[in-house]
Amino acid sequence: MPRTPSTTTPAAQAGSDKETTVTSQHTLQARGLGLGYGEREIISGLDVELPPGRFTVVVGPNACGKSTLLRAMARLLTPTAGTVLLDGRDIHHTSTKEVAARLGVLPQTPVAPDGITVADLVGRGRYPHQGWFRRWTAADSEAVGAAMLATDVLDLAGRSVDELSGGQRQRVWIAMALAQETDVLLLDEPTTYLDISHQLDVLDLLTDLNRKRGVTLAVVLHDLNLACRYADHLIAMKAGRVVAEGAPSDVVTESLVHDVFGLRNTVVPDPASGTPMVVPLGRHHVTSPAPQ
Amino acid sequence: MTGTGTTTVEAAVAGTAPRDAVARVERLHRGRRIRFAAVCLGLALVALAALLLSLAVGDIDVPLPDVWAVLTGGGDPGSRFVVHELRLPRALLALVVGCCFGLSGAVFQALLRNPLASPDVIGVTSGAGAAAVLSSMAFGLSGLALSGGALVGALAAGTLIYLLAWRGGVGRFVLIGIGVGTGLVSLRSYLMTRAEVTEAQNAFLWLTGSLNGRSWTQLWPLLGCVAVLLPLTLAASRGLGALQLGDEAAAGLGARVERSRLALLACATALVGVGTAAAGPIGFVAFVCPPVARRLLPGHGAALVPSALTGAALVCLADFVAQHLLPHTQLPVGVVTSIVGAPYLLWLLARANRVGRGG
Repeated sequence: MPRTPSTTTPAAQAGSDKETTVTSQHTLQARGLGLGYGEREIISGLDVELPPGRFTVVVGPNACGKSTLLRAMARLLTPTAGTVLLDGRDIHHTSTKEVAARLGVLPQTPVAPDGITVADLVGRGRYPHQGWFRRWTAADSEAVGAAMLATDVLDLAGRSVDELSGGQRQRVWIAMALAQETDVLLLDEPTTYLDISHQLDVLDLLTDLNRKRGVTLAVVLHDLNLACRYADHLIAMKAGRVVAEGAPSDVVTESLVHDVFGLRNTVVPDPASGTPMVVPLGRHHVTSPAPQ
Repeated sequence: MTGTGTTTVEAAVAGTAPRDAVARVERLHRGRRIRFAAVCLGLALVALAALLLSLAVGDIDVPLPDVWAVLTGGGDPGSRFVVHELRLPRALLALVVGCCFGLSGAVFQALLRNPLASPDVIGVTSGAGAAAVLSSMAFGLSGLALSGGALVGALAAGTLIYLLAWRGGVGRFVLIGIGVGTGLVSLRSYLMTRAEVTEAQNAFLWLTGSLNGRSWTQLWPLLGCVAVLLPLTLAASRGLGALQLGDEAAAGLGARVERSRLALLACATALVGVGTAAAGPIGFVAFVCPPVARRLLPGHGAALVPSALTGAALVCLADFVAQHLLPHTQLPVGVVTSIVGAPYLLWLLARANRVGRGG
């Protein structure tokens, strides 16, 4: 199987400080999507599109269907209605391996086999690039080395995944997704179980990937403020519907947050990035009255 | 982080790793391959030694040079008869059956992500046993026809478990398998109570797993089946590396999850079926060999080939012990493997309870 042509330009490879945007050519969209588990319908008639080459973040309360949507976009869930189109072709009618060469996904709870080493786990990301008789090649070593270096797990390469901390383990899984070398990458809550500094590490890494390699990203996140800071494009969902989408500074308002999360809040500019910052207001410890 | 470090990471993000990182990955990869080859070679040598031992030692000892002469087509008629007609088919049968059990167990345990999930624990082997007893009692079958019945029984039990557990996920598979296995053991016990004493005794000997009196007649059909199943299993195992990461991650990597799993389960079930058909359900081989192989090759995933070689060596050695442990009596090989396997099962259960993962 030939390697997918990289969309990376030499300028981006040089790692110049200019934040060159290399736009991936791949498009991923859902048309009239209906999703459910068994009898229970979670999403119906949903249209959504990932802007190519951008960092999209999906937010919403628990059970709003954001993970379900992500899984369907990654063909892990068969829709009950509608289609998911990768580059205009129905993802469920394209060979799954062909999809895997363009689209990677990191599910919420992948399983590390007992005793597997970091290098072995990351190497399994090369699966779609290997054929029946194709053995490990220099391209595989290159991709695995780059993925482990980018996620800062190269020094753990020979260690067993079982012995790692939650943060290290998460970075190893992201390295596996990177080793797949896809131009579209979907991640379901990649920052869960991580402390705040590791959350930022992961999001910075994803931003680098997006900016330097032009990878189209869709990430489900729980932390609204990190979502606002890191997203180029924000999709807010509630009860299986998209309530708002667009640049965070255009769409995140007090009334939207109240509508989506049922939370009294106030939105102020993030002192670090200028993006919207949601300050939640509970019943206690609030000195000034809420604006709503 | 230093300035150069950042540049390195950015280059890595852009998809190019510096040469030392790539060299490190390649070194690890080469080390793994060398270790894998060394362990396989070592296990193959143990199996070969076990084979030569069982050919040379017995009521009539045949010196190794004479064994070699017979194997290469020469030798005097006396040692030729002893080695070629009496000992070689039995020893080869032990190797091949052990290989089937070891490989099948490794596939089941890797696929179902559970060290308890070997075919002799989850009811596939019990299917073969029940079918064999049924075919000898109800239809009066014996010999190869009985073996055929056992094979059909293993496949039927495997299919039943798969259909019942389908959509239930990997955890349910093990529970349903144990349930089906228990049911089949009860069925077998009921059939045994209805049987004549001599019939029951024969059936019981078969059920312990024995290689006594095996000849080329049993070996050829087994070799034929294994010649087909072995390459099929190894080909199907290509998706195993992805499947081990969970269904979703595997699907994300482009594996055809359900199809790969079905193919692997079918191959592993057929392997244990033909092995059981030839030698009876030799206890604990499929259960014990994969963890031994994985212990020899930590971090090498499912270790299918080493597990098959471990099985071959174990059954051959166990059969040698079974033949010579007690003077004037040949124990069934299954007795010896059970002596090895049962304590391991108990240890595994005790440990599983302690770490809070009840199987």
